[in-house]
Amino acid sequence: MIVTTLILGLVLGGTYALLALGLTLQYGIARIMNLAYGELTLIAAFGLVALFQQAGISPLLSLLVLPVLGYGLGWILYQGMMRPLVARSDGTGRLEVDSILATFGLLFLIQGLLLLAFGANFTSISYLDRGVSILGVSVALNRLIAFGICVLSGGALVWALNRTTWGLRMRAVALTPGSAPLVGIDVNRIARQGFAIGTALACVAGASISMYQTFSATGGVIFTMKALVIVIMGGVGNVPGALIAGLALGLLETFVATAIDPGLTLAATFTIFLAVLLWRPQGLFGARS
Amino acid sequence: MSFLQIDKAVKQFGGLRAVDGVSFAMERGEIVGLLGPNGSGKTTLINLISGALPTTSGAIHLNGQNLTGLRRDRIAREGVARTFQLVRILPSLSLRENVMIPAVFGRKAHWGAEAERIASAALDRVGLAGRAMTAAGDLTYIDQKRLELARALAAEPEVLLLDEWLAGLNPTELRDGVALIGDLKAQGLTILMVEHIIDAVRALCPRVVVMNSGQLIADEATEVALGDPRVIAAYLGEESDA
Amino acid sequence: MMRIILPLAGLVLLALLPLWLSDYGLGLMVGAATYVTLASAWALFSGHTHYVSLATVAFYGIGAYTVAVLNEVLPYPLVLMVAGAMGAGLALIVGLSTLRLKGVYFVIFSFGLAELIRQLITWYEVNVTGTLGRYIFLEITTAGIYWQMLGLGALTLALTAWIHRNRLGLALRVIGDDEAVAAHSGIHLARVKLIAFVLSAVILTLAGAITSPRYVYVEPSIVFNPTVSFLTVIMALLGGANRLCGPMLGAVPLFLLFEWLSAHFPDSYPIFLGLMFIAVVFVLPNGVIAGVETLRHKLREARS
Repeated sequence: MIVTTLILGLVLGGTYALLALGLTLQYGIARIMNLAYGELTLIAAFGLVALFQQAGISPLLSLLVLPVLGYGLGWILYQGMMRPLVARSDGTGRLEVDSILATFGLLFLIQGLLLLAFGANFTSISYLDRGVSILGVSVALNRLIAFGICVLSGGALVWALNRTTWGLRMRAVALTPGSAPLVGIDVNRIARQGFAIGTALACVAGASISMYQTFSATGGVIFTMKALVIVIMGGVGNVPGALIAGLALGLLETFVATAIDPGLTLAATFTIFLAVLLWRPQGLFGARS
Repeated sequence: MSFLQIDKAVKQFGGLRAVDGVSFAMERGEIVGLLGPNGSGKTTLINLISGALPTTSGAIHLNGQNLTGLRRDRIAREGVARTFQLVRILPSLSLRENVMIPAVFGRKAHWGAEAERIASAALDRVGLAGRAMTAAGDLTYIDQKRLELARALAAEPEVLLLDEWLAGLNPTELRDGVALIGDLKAQGLTILMVEHIIDAVRALCPRVVVMNSGQLIADEATEVALGDPRVIAAYLGEESDA
Repeated sequence: MMRIILPLAGLVLLALLPLWLSDYGLGLMVGAATYVTLASAWALFSGHTHYVSLATVAFYGIGAYTVAVLNEVLPYPLVLMVAGAMGAGLALIVGLSTLRLKGVYFVIFSFGLAELIRQLITWYEVNVTGTLGRYIFLEITTAGIYWQMLGLGALTLALTAWIHRNRLGLALRVIGDDEAVAAHSGIHLARVKLIAFVLSAVILTLAGAITSPRYVYVEPSIVFNPTVSFLTVIMALLGGANRLCGPMLGAVPLFLLFEWLSAHFPDSYPIFLGLMFIAVVFVLPNGVIAGVETLRHKLREARS
């Protein structure tokens, strides 16, 4: 019983951690709180399903292609929409309110386009939906793949941020965007990259999730909220923190669903979220003030 | 007890003691310069007195009233007014409204015509009289500094804390600025000023307190302090035992 | 003098409308009056402080739910009072604990709060009372609801006008510009924000309570629909949230437009809402009123 909860929780948590990675990069490096994040994951989810059902393209191939397209989309979004707001705000607090409102707009815009293209019904394809036994617990293969992708991309990201000069530049911009230009860093370029990579990761997450979970065009907000809970729990911009917090949230939800009441999982998520916001807004692991 | 009394004030940020057991006192009507190299804890001390940061330990009294642990607005109503190292104005309000704020919400709680009269008088004093209705966001840097001083004056403070208010002024403006602070001093206002411009300190402050690495290293007459080997060592960045 | 007579005359005229309007027209007027009230009440707190609250529907829904639960137990005026008290109580608790959160944290908190309340009520209704939906049977005509909402809206505008002229309004504007300066000038930040937040929340709750008989059937997913919060924000911002009449000027046309859109193009409704948000941020960052003023200013300068 406990082993089952633990394994299922960890697998679910892997999905959540993956979901949060992109958002923590976007907010940590580009300083844009992207409330349309869940809709970006949905684009990839619908894209994978459409490619599979209409063109017979293997989801595993889509998993490689969609993030590249996502990078391009993020690049365009940052350059066309966020950059003008950053330039206009001129370092004042106005960027925060502006980016919230602009990404609200993006949220509804994408949601509307998805509704037009795919309708309001729930979609699912259940690809590679066969059980694999782990320590006597049967786990669906597609979930395991998603968990593997999370571990891989999370690990790669942590490595790149801590071990490469590119990562050093990223971290410099995340810590002090004001003084990064003094050492010759093009802040605009780094922020754009952060936003684009964040979008690419959103697509990785969306594409992996679509292989086993049902989703609908109006469900993006739930993804955004879960990603946000994890980002704030882990500390904004803190990639290892997001990984740990994602796994923790997966465990918590699985525990609440099996031990208390499945109807209360969302309520539990929000309670944790509100509690973290109130008592540790800097995150459970972060100490950045 | 003195008018403004600081007793063993400590401010700890994690492992760093930004202010480390600082004690000194000021009498009513006195003007004192607060010197020290960058990062020595001067602004942090200003933040402790004005309540922007809570003290880790120690006590600060104004006129016998304990300010330690009070909220910023309570300390403001006790008569502490300040300017900011990086100038802070209210960009969407007019100049008059900017200056009215401490008159309205300060200890005397003026309202209506009286608040406007005080605001106009304060603007007049810093040379912004004709522009009461302009939006503060449109001002030049120098005028923003003036506006900030006018706002502090409109609080009708007991003690005025100036955090490098003279920094960034050109020679003419600096002369005007020094004259302005000199006027305030002549009218009996108690002023504690953080300042790097030594000529201005010489002209205005008979006495200075000097900080280095969070500690008070000198509290003496300005001319004595400026020749004090410890002070010179602190500014030149030498080891204090060298 | 005209400043009082003109609005009063307008109010009387609006109050007489049910004499001529069809049922459909009256229904539209109720909706418009509701959104004018919601947007104005939202702006009462958020307009100057720039705290973007998405908790509107939390209060609105609580108002509606209070009526749904109590409408057969207590006389109607008492139900309204209980609803107002519930809104005030919740706002006090939320305000005391959260008004130190800033920017995006507050936005997300307020959104999460509405969702949490919806989830908890759903769970309670399903598991404890065993019914998800409730019915509201009250002897109130549409015209009756309209008059109440009109009164509440007028009260909100009057309250806002009064606040704009007194210390509270000035303090809110200072807080919106720079909280540090506000505190060092003697403004008690927590108290000022809390007063405005509670006032705003009570009105939002009452609006939900007054309009609830229109639903007849009430369940959490209906009265806690987050779209209400989003619409309220965009209406207030479109008109200009820091102006007395801004929220009203944004709410009436947008409400009518969205009604028309949801009747004729139900699928492209979100696209339009999204474009509205983006347009407001990029084209009219300070609202229509300020935009028109800037334009006039430029024209005058161009002429001279």
